[in-house]
Amino acid sequence: MHTIFYTLHDFMVHTKDITYLIMGGLLIALPLFWVFLTGKDEKGKTY
Amino acid sequence: MQYVKPLVGKIKPTPFNIITGAIIIMGIFLTIARFAGGLGTVTNLDNNNPWGLWIGFDLLCGVALAAGGYVTSATCYIFGLKRFHSAVRPAILTAFLGYALVVFALNYDVGRPWRLPYPVFFSQGTSSLLFEVGLCVFLYLNVLFIEFTPAVLEWLGLKRARDIVMKLTLVLTIFGVVLSTLHQSSLGALFLIAPSKLHPLWYSGYLPIYFFISSIFAGMSMVIFEGSLAHRFLHDKMDETHLSESQGVSMGFAKAASFIMMGYLGIKLIGLAIDNNWHHLFTGWGAWFLVELVGFVALPSFLYAIAARDKNLKLVRVASVLAVLGVVLNRLNISLVAFNWHLPSSQRYFPSWMEIATSIFIVTLGVVFYRFITTHMPVLYEHPDYRHDH
Repeated sequence: MHTIFYTLHDFMVHTKDITYLIMGGLLIALPLFWVFLTGKDEKGKTY
Repeated sequence: MQYVKPLVGKIKPTPFNIITGAIIIMGIFLTIARFAGGLGTVTNLDNNNPWGLWIGFDLLCGVALAAGGYVTSATCYIFGLKRFHSAVRPAILTAFLGYALVVFALNYDVGRPWRLPYPVFFSQGTSSLLFEVGLCVFLYLNVLFIEFTPAVLEWLGLKRARDIVMKLTLVLTIFGVVLSTLHQSSLGALFLIAPSKLHPLWYSGYLPIYFFISSIFAGMSMVIFEGSLAHRFLHDKMDETHLSESQGVSMGFAKAASFIMMGYLGIKLIGLAIDNNWHHLFTGWGAWFLVELVGFVALPSFLYAIAARDKNLKLVRVASVLAVLGVVLNRLNISLVAFNWHLPSSQRYFPSWMEIATSIFIVTLGVVFYRFITTHMPVLYEHPDYRHDH
């Protein structure tokens, strides 16, 4: 898990790769969570 | 309901009065010891650990948990969700008492109370984050004081003065949101100066954002938690409006807090990824970090979501306790537990019993003031003269 990086460029590429993957996952997961959260709401109510 | 009560009634020897009385007497002795003998008499602070429990708990947790004031007033007056109106005054009162006690507690830590106005009026360190925090807390305490004065003026029967202050509500709310955004985040930014002292799992360039976002759900959870306590112990002081609106307030905040906590979890993951700190998760520190993140952020967020879906008020209250504890744990982890983590245990800081007792004394003062004010002033009920005023 603890990769050795020899240049700052390597480090940035690696960490940004993972970060963008997580951000993509969040873009999908958060709207799905919102759908779950509001799934039983009556129509017209905002809570 | 009786609207006008004597200022100080006969004090009965109830368990609450006996316990709070004992704590206050002990607090007075500790206060004398601290100011007569200095920090060394009552604290375990040293040069490695100049910030202890009084900063980690009284200040960091106090400010975060007092965020209910700006969150609730913004919800009601800026976002226009008027069904939260009955929660505004209790939240403003909690915030005002919270900030007042933060400043009170700060005197114990820095000493020489008469020098407290110096950073604001005489020697401004404009390049310092502490100056920004100090200025914001000073200004916001005044904003909260003015925001709360309508309740005092209604109690005193000063109708004209009350009407003038009520006209300032929106301006004060905006001012409160701006000041809170500034100093809630700056409290996190204070730790950016110590990357080598704070454990990498808690240290991040995003600390100011973490502090600000967590203050939003801390404030909401605190309003729910405090509302449930008020329901339990001050039920007779609440009128029909407060009783009927309280479930809607709790459900609305539960849903909002749930979503914000999930977002917070997301940016915590991004923080881990951007600094490549994954390998720390497999250490003892990592386990403790996961306890904080899974047990006190993900779990309450999920419980809030289930409770909001099923309209389960009991579960909302359980989740609010977990969320409040989570924010306290986070602030204590950053300021005490994971701070100076590399030092041998003999040089680590652990608060003395007198520091803990002083913190309990200060929290107790808050509870006593809250009880006194809600007993006498129109906080949990609307004054009959102004019932249709909003």
